[in-house]
Amino acid sequence: MDLKELYRDVILDHNKRPRNFGPLAPADASADGHNPLCGDRLTVYLQLDDGRVRDVHFDGKGCAISVASASLMTEAVKGKDRGEIARLFADVHATLTGTMAEPPASLGKLAALAGVRDFPARVKCASLCWHTLNAALAHECRPVTTE
Amino acid sequence: MMAPALARTAVGYDTASVRADFPILAREVHGHRLAYLDSAASAQRPRAVIEAVDHYETHCHANVHRGVHALSQAATDAFEGARERVRRFLNARSAKEIIFTRGTTEAINLVAHAWARPRLGPGDEILITWLEHHANIVPWQMACAATGATLKVAPIDERGELRFDEFEALLSPRTRLVAVAQVSNALGTVLPVARIVKAAHARGVPVLLDGAQGVPHGGADLQALDCDFYAFSAHKLYGPTGIGVLYGREALLREMPPWQGGGDMILSVSFSGTTYNDLPWKFEAGTPNMSGAVGLAAAIDYLEDLGAAAVHAHEQRLLAQATTAALEVPGLRVIGTAADKAAVLSFTIEGIHPHDLGTILDSEGVAIRTGHHCAMPVMDFFGLPATARASFACYNDDADVSQLIGALHKAREVFA
Repeated sequence: MDLKELYRDVILDHNKRPRNFGPLAPADASADGHNPLCGDRLTVYLQLDDGRVRDVHFDGKGCAISVASASLMTEAVKGKDRGEIARLFADVHATLTGTMAEPPASLGKLAALAGVRDFPARVKCASLCWHTLNAALAHECRPVTTE
Repeated sequence: MMAPALARTAVGYDTASVRADFPILAREVHGHRLAYLDSAASAQRPRAVIEAVDHYETHCHANVHRGVHALSQAATDAFEGARERVRRFLNARSAKEIIFTRGTTEAINLVAHAWARPRLGPGDEILITWLEHHANIVPWQMACAATGATLKVAPIDERGELRFDEFEALLSPRTRLVAVAQVSNALGTVLPVARIVKAAHARGVPVLLDGAQGVPHGGADLQALDCDFYAFSAHKLYGPTGIGVLYGREALLREMPPWQGGGDMILSVSFSGTTYNDLPWKFEAGTPNMSGAVGLAAAIDYLEDLGAAAVHAHEQRLLAQATTAALEVPGLRVIGTAADKAAVLSFTIEGIHPHDLGTILDSEGVAIRTGHHCAMPVMDFFGLPATARASFACYNDDADVSQLIGALHKAREVFA
């Protein structure tokens, strides 16, 4: 169990300076995610063009793993459509849970989360943002605004 | 068993000898010595408890209250002997007042179902405090939802102490029950239960005490406490999981209908009518947890052998030492600074989420609890999603405190 594997520089950096942080207004869709175990709460906001993510933001409070994962996710899914996001999440999930030995090249910077696989209690922290993103995509038909 | 006890008395509190009684403390975690500081969630078991359970399983097990054969008698004797041991520990008047449950949660639910629900109606009130564990909130919310009664909550101050004057003001002519923790699990606050019981009884209101955190830190003398119901779990008292106790005043228990039906809680069953069993078995439907009860009795023996006062003094010394050292960690804030606290140190460190702290401490062999501690209203009061909580028990020592503080400094380095 190597702490440095979990708290890599990329993770610590995205925790300290989360990208795409704060509400997005107007948003075409949003969803709230909650991890009752550790009290993490976050909201994902989407702007969509024809089912493709034009812009994505998140805000909320959480541990370093959940904040960094959300920050990295927003960078990774911008410009992608539902199918591409679903495939990416499948790769992320397989990496987090250790069912994939090495993170695939498709992960890019998200590969920094690979250390989570040695900390099973933290998999939920890293995947919360993805479940929240999926909920937001599912709610797209019911637009919400922050006004 | 006598020799180590005498040795302890002779040289004061012998932590090394106590630690040697707990086999699990010898194991390593992630290559480090284990500093187990999560006893408020679940305490470890001494060899005496493990061996008592093993002895029951190896020599005494059969179903209780049923057979005429030797093992059934042995199991019944062991189980009812454990009940009598609990009665003596709690200084209850009668073993009829000692109901075995799965734990504190089930004990409180029993009272909510069998005592509260039949008596509550619209406009009636149950009074709790802001410090309660979810187990002493949700059963009352459910009872209120079913009956139209209202749940009232007495507030706390920024030290995590009950505002007693406001508690007293909330005691109304419609208050039917007061249900409060003896000790807050999230903050360690010791509640003024003597004053609470006195104030409630002065208005004819019965009191349930949630003793889950209170009973390991000083025990419970029910005739002195004078409460009407008392609930606790064995596993916070160095005993097994899956077993706990509801004490109820005999007169109240007699008035209550059974809450679960089945075997053991009846005297006779026919389709024209069923006669319920006497106390305490009326509330113990089904085959009970006999080995758990035996383990609980052994845990009580163990704790009384150490001496509740000696354990309390030892834990308070560790708490003071840990609090002083923790406050020197930059950015550390202690949550819960009541004047009277059990050995619980709840805290946050600026810039580090408690969950990350928990992982980093674990990598150093330090086991603490992180999260909302099943007391979300307390977290909301302090505007926090979670805290880190170190709790101290009879087997913790100075090395555990040093390991905790060292790991906190390490966490700050990781997040520097």
